[in-house]
Amino acid sequence: MKWILGALLTALLLLLPLLAGDFYINLASQILIAAIFALSLNLLVGFGGMTSLGHASYLGVAAYACALLTNRYGFDHGSAALISILGTVAVAGFFGVIALRATGLGFLMITLALSQVLWGLAYRMSNVTNGDNGITGLTRPAPFGFSLESAQAFYAFTLIIAVLAFLMMTIFVSSSFGSSLKGVRDQPRRMAALGFNPWMIRWITFLYAGFWGGVAGLLFVYYNKYIHPTSLSTTSSAEALLGVIAGGSGTLGGPVVGAALVLLLKNYASAYIERWNMLLGLVFLFIVLVMPRGIVPGVNALARALRGKPS
Amino acid sequence: MQFWIIQGLNSLSLGGLLFLLSSGFSLIFGLMRLANLTHGAFFMLGTYFGAVALRAYAGLNIWVTALGAGIIVAALGGLFERLVLTRLKSNPLGQVLVTLGMSFIISDACLVLWGGDSIPVPTPHHLQAPTRLFGFAFPTYRLVLVGCAILAAIALYVLMERTRLGAMIRAGVDDRQMARAVGIPVSRLFTIVFCLGTGVAGAGGVLGGPILSAYPGLDADMLPLALIVVILGGIGSLFGAFFGSFIIGFIYTFGTALFPELAYIILFLPMIFVLAFRPQGLFGRLGT
Repeated sequence: MKWILGALLTALLLLLPLLAGDFYINLASQILIAAIFALSLNLLVGFGGMTSLGHASYLGVAAYACALLTNRYGFDHGSAALISILGTVAVAGFFGVIALRATGLGFLMITLALSQVLWGLAYRMSNVTNGDNGITGLTRPAPFGFSLESAQAFYAFTLIIAVLAFLMMTIFVSSSFGSSLKGVRDQPRRMAALGFNPWMIRWITFLYAGFWGGVAGLLFVYYNKYIHPTSLSTTSSAEALLGVIAGGSGTLGGPVVGAALVLLLKNYASAYIERWNMLLGLVFLFIVLVMPRGIVPGVNALARALRGKPS
Repeated sequence: MQFWIIQGLNSLSLGGLLFLLSSGFSLIFGLMRLANLTHGAFFMLGTYFGAVALRAYAGLNIWVTALGAGIIVAALGGLFERLVLTRLKSNPLGQVLVTLGMSFIISDACLVLWGGDSIPVPTPHHLQAPTRLFGFAFPTYRLVLVGCAILAAIALYVLMERTRLGAMIRAGVDDRQMARAVGIPVSRLFTIVFCLGTGVAGAGGVLGGPILSAYPGLDADMLPLALIVVILGGIGSLFGAFFGSFIIGFIYTFGTALFPELAYIILFLPMIFVLAFRPQGLFGRLGT
């Protein structure tokens, strides 16, 4: 059953550029970017037990760094991407040192405060970031001479990175390091007694999540060719967190499903009503009250129940 | 000299406002272990109520308005606590997410109801004339605002330290299980403290109106300040909220005046120092 679903999904992802129009291909690219971002947040929330409300920081830092380097300082795309990612990881390392002084709700509040600081900077430091106008006129890179301007080419590029990200993050959580991360999530004191360093395990995870958040940020800015402070806002962090929790935190497929749902909802809803923030809030209330464990664990439990007790 | 004195007063009045905002946040967090991310939105709701009421009825007294808006916001907060938060007792993460969702709903509702333009709130007539002290002219309203914050601090202190209700709340903050075991109705206290905290924030929103004016995004501006105050002062501590508010008031005002573009960075420096050397906050009673 699982394999059939997997094969169907693979076929769908590969055949999409042949079957669908530009609108749907672009939508699929956006979903893939949101999925990478949600997966990286899930490393913290689901596997590390560190609920961050500031994950948009990494997406925003990478996107802004890349935009500024290519647009204003004349860097080529390759080195700009490299510097942006390194810079994002450095910011994640610094934020991690501060935020990991606390756990639980303290951690959440500190990540929220830090991301608000970055949002404020992007908004107010208008001689660098162009403030509320955002940075326009950006270009997409052309890796090995392939232009990514068409929807199909960009989709293929994003798909390759997304598959790579999914594999790398799967390996990360199923490695022995991933096991120690889950151990630290559930029993930090026992793990410390066994000789593990909970702080270091959390910090390395924070860096890794920041890295993939940065990758999502680069793809985000390539896709939109535009960056605005909204990408750093709490709403942006909250959308990603909603995706993770709606899909099912601590699972590998959940964040992908959740991110896709949030993005589709956002796209379709904003075609009919302007009130995306209100809808987002209502969906938050609904998910937390009705499906606190998320869609994927819920469906899995349902499938198990059906298999156990055939009707 | 004039610059330093005026900015000093501005810092004090911002600090006073921050205290009205963050004392409730800190009490709620201390008792309920709940980071109430709706707090900024409740403050903004108070500001909008005040702006609308004071502009519609020119003779209305700002103190009466603040009281009324405080009661309305407290009632809304109480409803939210009873209808939503109590269902999620065993799910602290869920509670935070719900308060975040609620803050989106409130701020978007404000945008729908009152539009995207900022609504200035008139300063009360009898407080418009500047006060002259030692040869300097001070805006009277700001002086009065500082007085209000100090009065509120004294009232909250008396409530927490000198009354039976306060003793029960302190017991709940220190050890919730044990408080329940000796027969304190902790669940009812939750509702009372939530109403109290949101009500003070709503009233603070009205009083802050003449300085800040009501605009969309006010909640997103105020919430991080409250978070930083509480992280700095220590969660669940009234003294912490008081000192933290004035420290942040000074840093933010002088930061914005002297280095406008870096104000946000300067704002979080003290937070880093406190977290590095005293993670529970300056006056914190709880481990984080």
